[in-house]
Amino acid sequence: MKDSSREIAWQLGRTRREFLRDAARMTIGTGLMSASPFLRAATIAKKRKVIVVTFGGGARDEETFAPEGQGNIPHMLAELIPQSSFFTQVKNSGILGHYVATASLATGVYETLNNFAAVPPDHPTVFEYFRKDLSRPASDAWVVAPSNGFNRIGGSGCRSYGPGFGAQVILPKHLLSAASGGKGTDYDHLLHDNYETPLYAPQLAGGEFEVKQLEKILKLSVADFTLHAKTLSSPDELSVYITKRLMQQESPSLLWLTMHDIDIAHSGAFSLYVDAIRRTDRLCGELWNAIQQEPEYAGNTTLLILPDFGRDADQDAGGNGFQHHRTGDIASRTTWMMALGAGIRQGMVYDTPVQSIDLVPTLGAIMGFDAMQSRGKPIQELV
Amino acid sequence: MLPKNLQADQFSGYPPKARGLAVLHIATFRQLPLVFLPGLLRELIEYDFKFPAERTAIDGELATLSARSPVEIAELFRGFSILKLSESFEHFDWVNQPARFVEQESAYLWSTHQLDAFRSAATQYGNRVQASLPNEPPTVRRLGIAVIGQGSSSQEPLFRKLRPHGIYFNQVKPDDGLGLLLAAVEARAKTYPSAYAHWYVDGGEPALQSSSLTTVSYAALQPVRSKLLGYMQQQIASIGMGPEELRTNMATLLPKDLGMSGDGDQTLNRFQVSLFTEGSGTQIFSTTFAQWTTREVLRRAQPLTLMVRYAPRQRQRPMSELLSNSDAAIALDLPGSLVDADMAAYYHWINQERLPGAGESSFLVWFEGHDQALVIAPTLPRDTQSDSVMDLADLVRLIAD
Repeated sequence: MKDSSREIAWQLGRTRREFLRDAARMTIGTGLMSASPFLRAATIAKKRKVIVVTFGGGARDEETFAPEGQGNIPHMLAELIPQSSFFTQVKNSGILGHYVATASLATGVYETLNNFAAVPPDHPTVFEYFRKDLSRPASDAWVVAPSNGFNRIGGSGCRSYGPGFGAQVILPKHLLSAASGGKGTDYDHLLHDNYETPLYAPQLAGGEFEVKQLEKILKLSVADFTLHAKTLSSPDELSVYITKRLMQQESPSLLWLTMHDIDIAHSGAFSLYVDAIRRTDRLCGELWNAIQQEPEYAGNTTLLILPDFGRDADQDAGGNGFQHHRTGDIASRTTWMMALGAGIRQGMVYDTPVQSIDLVPTLGAIMGFDAMQSRGKPIQELV
Repeated sequence: MLPKNLQADQFSGYPPKARGLAVLHIATFRQLPLVFLPGLLRELIEYDFKFPAERTAIDGELATLSARSPVEIAELFRGFSILKLSESFEHFDWVNQPARFVEQESAYLWSTHQLDAFRSAATQYGNRVQASLPNEPPTVRRLGIAVIGQGSSSQEPLFRKLRPHGIYFNQVKPDDGLGLLLAAVEARAKTYPSAYAHWYVDGGEPALQSSSLTTVSYAALQPVRSKLLGYMQQQIASIGMGPEELRTNMATLLPKDLGMSGDGDQTLNRFQVSLFTEGSGTQIFSTTFAQWTTREVLRRAQPLTLMVRYAPRQRQRPMSELLSNSDAAIALDLPGSLVDADMAAYYHWINQERLPGAGESSFLVWFEGHDQALVIAPTLPRDTQSDSVMDLADLVRLIAD
């Protein structure tokens, strides 16, 4: 069984690698290369910024990197992948729920918290390591996340770290609800949450504080914000809009964006799932372009993009194909990661298996903090 | 309590047939690990309301287990025996609430990183039990039919995932296509009569009422859907309600709770309720309902014939509006529905291929009202295109005979 699983994982990775090599003429990396590009780029270390983009609700190869899916990711294909280091096998060995998986990505430990509860991760987050070790102010680490349950992801329950060192968290949909005075009628199309259990949306207190965030930090009037929201078609578009505002107004060094539109797949409507992949692809391209256009970010920013995990394979009788990620099969556990920007080798493809929890220690190595409680290890090809 | 302490009177709350089986096999149950047995009881407690194919499967599994010696059983369950549950699971009333136990067990296995080991043990167990059961082919070649794209004129390339497996026809005569297909299905049902062996699923209004067919339609279940949505809204408003509790509570709903008659076919009624209470998105999108129903009919009833007609689903609207049962006019998403149904037809075929006799089964998918169709049968070439002018009855004859 284990050998078979490894073989399937290898096949998944190989499919991505061959596609990338053919489509983007990328180089196949083998283990350790020469000295780290970060060492070469040490002169700009003080200004280094990192943006992490995760998607809740993985997109399968069939709808992305496989030949029949490539039309869904034109921006990644033509704009991002050629200048990235691409990891074809990123395995998530933890719980395949979006909040707990994102928390695991952010802590470097496979967390076991209740996926549907608004509780902090048990272990220190990347934001706490970053702020405490490097003495960074609260304004230097931000999270933009779509889902109400994510309001606790900025800081852990770990006593030696905790919220005092956490990131500030913006939940754009909640912000929109607060801005509209709780009358969601005009904005309902952005407010639904948690596609896996569509009716459930825990209410948060603190709307007044969030409206203050809007005005004082993002420099947006309630009227302008709500007016702009009316032009958007999805929650992720709103999240990217907020992310760009944050980049302009706060220029945080560590910025974490979690997107969620793809998880509409849980509704079972394949066309909506594919639409969401296309939108996510476009938004990733937009974000990369925004990085190039912002003086604070251009040339010194590393962007990492990865789904939190995959989705069930069509071949697994225990699942229902693209709709869910409940079987724990290899396809649902195996995903990919691309890194691009400052200090990243361009056009590289690595088949080396890595774990989701390797992200935080890798960020630690890049940014100069010690993710001491993380159970992952730095990805050598990136540090 | 552990399985070894089971007593016959603990099954007194089970329906009659399930109780009889439980008592008959109690000596075997006592030898099974706690991590496994409630999963078996979850199926057994519903035995009285299951389809014939499911009852045959349960009978076979219990018979093959009870025929084994204690040493053989211990060896068969070795993969499960190494899994550890917390002591609190022993205090759970898993005899009478096996589904709830399994739900909590699943969460526990995920959180303790034992799910992969459980999955591996379950796969091995399933394969070994399956191998020990008689592999009887169906009495007639299985036939699956999917009718997709009702009302759509999209030019989207269709059947891309199925084309490598069959013949793509691009000059089909669409005249009275639906009628021809339904007539063929009804004729099969009359020729090979058997309970729950011939199904017609419609994502909208059914185009045929036939006593020979087991029919499920989204339109006919509208009152049930409305009641369920009302129940969900009410539950959400309850203090302390979370998604897992909601799911657990929904799983306990019976046909009468959702306004269905107590006089009808209880097996079918329970099945129909489960499509809404266990499915995801079935409450909202008709395409999802038809796809999930197809999957569940194939998995549970193992029919000889299954014809599924997809109707346009409503466009994506805000979840709160979708679930509020407002009377506002509902716009339809015709192109999106076609894409949904095209993928669903592929899943129909995949799920049919999982059933006994897969090597002999056949499949047809037709773009309703149009000249495109695809057929798959063991006697036909694969990955082929045909310009032959044929009507739907011709195509059915091509694959069903």
